Amino acid sequence: MMIGTLISVLPLAPLVAIVGCLLVRQSPFAERVNLLAAIVVFGCALPLPFLIDGHAQTFWSDYVVIDRAGAWVILCTAIVYLLASIYAIGYMRLLEDEPLYRFYALFAGFGLTTLVAPLMNNVGLYWIAIELTTLVSTFLVAFENVAESIEAAWKYIMVVSAGISLALLGTVLFYFAGTPVLGPTYAMTWAILAHAAPQMSGVLVTIAFLLVLVGYGTKVGLAPMHSWLPDAHSESPAPVSAMLSGALLNTAMIGIVRFLQITRAANLGELAALSLVGLGALSLFIGALFIVRQQGVKRLMAYSSIEHMGVIALGFGFGGVLGTTGALYHMLNHSLNKSLMFFGAGNVMRSYGTKEIESIAGVGRRLPVIGALWLAGAIGITGAPPFGLFVGEFTIMRAGMKPSFSWAVYLMAALLVVIFIGFMNHFRAMYYRPEPAEGRENVELSAWCAAPMWLALAPLLVLGLAWPIGIWNYLSATAQSLLGAP
Amino acid sequence: MLIQNLDPLASSLFSLLAIASLLLSFVMLGSRWLKNYLYAFAAESWMIAAISAAIGFYGNYPELYLIAILTVLFRGLLLPYLLWGIIRRLDVDREIHVSVQPSTTLVVGALFVMLALSISFRIASDLHLELTVAALALTVMLSMKLIGFLILAVRHEAISQILGLLVLENGIFLGSQVLVPGMPLLIEVVILFDLLIVVACFGVLVRFLLTRVGTTSSLDLKRLVG
Repeated sequence: MMIGTLISVLPLAPLVAIVGCLLVRQSPFAERVNLLAAIVVFGCALPLPFLIDGHAQTFWSDYVVIDRAGAWVILCTAIVYLLASIYAIGYMRLLEDEPLYRFYALFAGFGLTTLVAPLMNNVGLYWIAIELTTLVSTFLVAFENVAESIEAAWKYIMVVSAGISLALLGTVLFYFAGTPVLGPTYAMTWAILAHAAPQMSGVLVTIAFLLVLVGYGTKVGLAPMHSWLPDAHSESPAPVSAMLSGALLNTAMIGIVRFLQITRAANLGELAALSLVGLGALSLFIGALFIVRQQGVKRLMAYSSIEHMGVIALGFGFGGVLGTTGALYHMLNHSLNKSLMFFGAGNVMRSYGTKEIESIAGVGRRLPVIGALWLAGAIGITGAPPFGLFVGEFTIMRAGMKPSFSWAVYLMAALLVVIFIGFMNHFRAMYYRPEPAEGRENVELSAWCAAPMWLALAPLLVLGLAWPIGIWNYLSATAQSLLGAP
Repeated sequence: MLIQNLDPLASSLFSLLAIASLLLSFVMLGSRWLKNYLYAFAAESWMIAAISAAIGFYGNYPELYLIAILTVLFRGLLLPYLLWGIIRRLDVDREIHVSVQPSTTLVVGALFVMLALSISFRIASDLHLELTVAALALTVMLSMKLIGFLILAVRHEAISQILGLLVLENGIFLGSQVLVPGMPLLIEVVILFDLLIVVACFGVLVRFLLTRVGTTSSLDLKRLVG
């Protein structure tokens, strides 16, 4: 009952915010109502994992499902939505002459679609929710309305729509595979498909899974379908980048994980795991290549997202309780850490008036507090201790240490070292290169710009120093239910 | 299951309509004029509506009549009308830079159909449906998918790319009508509406492209690299 109320309020809060923004049409009101919606969403999402027991619960005549994995992804999304809403107040005020109520209406809409997608029990409706996230966020990417951001938005909607149409084809083929078992008309929920999977045609499930993997993989940003990601993440306003990276990618990943569960039930787990591991390793490789020679500061963060989605894909691909648990833990830490990085990048961009790494120097002196937080975040995002991502990556590597996948672990370790060196080298340049004396224009960064960085770093440090036993139990139970043990 | 015991007349009717839609996507591949793409797409949508209605009739799925009507309204009339509005706003009426000649594209398209055929036969033989219309429907579905991607790859005008995406969707829609006619009505209706929103979004973006970037050719979109 309690859960039912919470997940009804969850989409309702952003919905009210959208209506409010569009009715009142004033920026100060819009930023407040969006922040309020984000706080309500966070308040609803936080207790969800505590309330859920082992069984998935369905609502609204089976159209809405909430299980452990879904609650976890919603929690990650809610955290990023809250942090980004706080940050947006500081950041968006620095942009001139754009009607901000429109931004907040779209932003709340993006939050709404991202929160709703993991709740969808029907596979077809999940597809539509993911498609809607693309449509809403396209206009957020294009929001600054300059040539670059329009180009990024065009590439984003083009590549992702084409990719996601493959996921629709895969979904239709899954339905087709189910018809001999379940009859011509049935409700295509995750549970029913997984239940019928053992009797489905192996060839059909194989091709359907591969199509779905490539389709939603485009949305997740797995290489080689990642080409939209650096453009969209670098050209959108910083709070939107944080949402795209920290919230949206997880939401699409949960779809792949649920299809993986169905494919495992059809006894085709090995092939599915191998393809996931292959794409994950390739993403890490592409991420490493582009991080080392990167020139744009937000593109650097974008390639780091590709890298981390690769790591998460490796975790789910390695499988086992350890791998899946590690990947889920990695999701939360990545959401926190990548938000921190994009907030820092946005602040530095505003302060220096450029996106080029080359033109940024002496960050530590110009922005002492924000600079220190950003540097700490950079250490975290490259997977170094004592921050949360290190723990997740280490767990995933332990999970991969079996004969079939040890090659991927060695490759991952080598690439992570390359990424660490490449990433930190850019930060060394930005912090320790002498700053040219002339041409300083000071942009006042308000407390709204720094506060969310503190809020992201603190839990990241706690999660890195010790993996709380409660979270471990929760996630390993989630992993067991995803792996099919009843 | 409908496709396993279908009378020969219905079976050949479905085949005829499916192959006609496949041929229409070849028309899109072979032409350079944007208007021709549009007519071919509209005709293809009418074919798909006819397939829906025919399956509704032979398979006793009355809700497919509704789908057929909605398909004609949305895919056959409204979408072409919206796209026509976009074309009118642009000052291009054909592909200007041809990176691959239409004749070559047609040959590649034919090769894709062969690939699709071999995949479909592999799937159909696993389901013991080789000799039914299911194999053909799968072939057409996968070929239209591949042809759609081919259009996306070799055409550069914004409008051709939108139409390429719509061919991808048409392929899925055609296949799903034959293979899974019992798919819940809700999903199909929502997907139709979704398509409408997609095209509306593309319309807005094309206007942005024109005003801010000054081009609608993807060849000129090269500010963001690396």
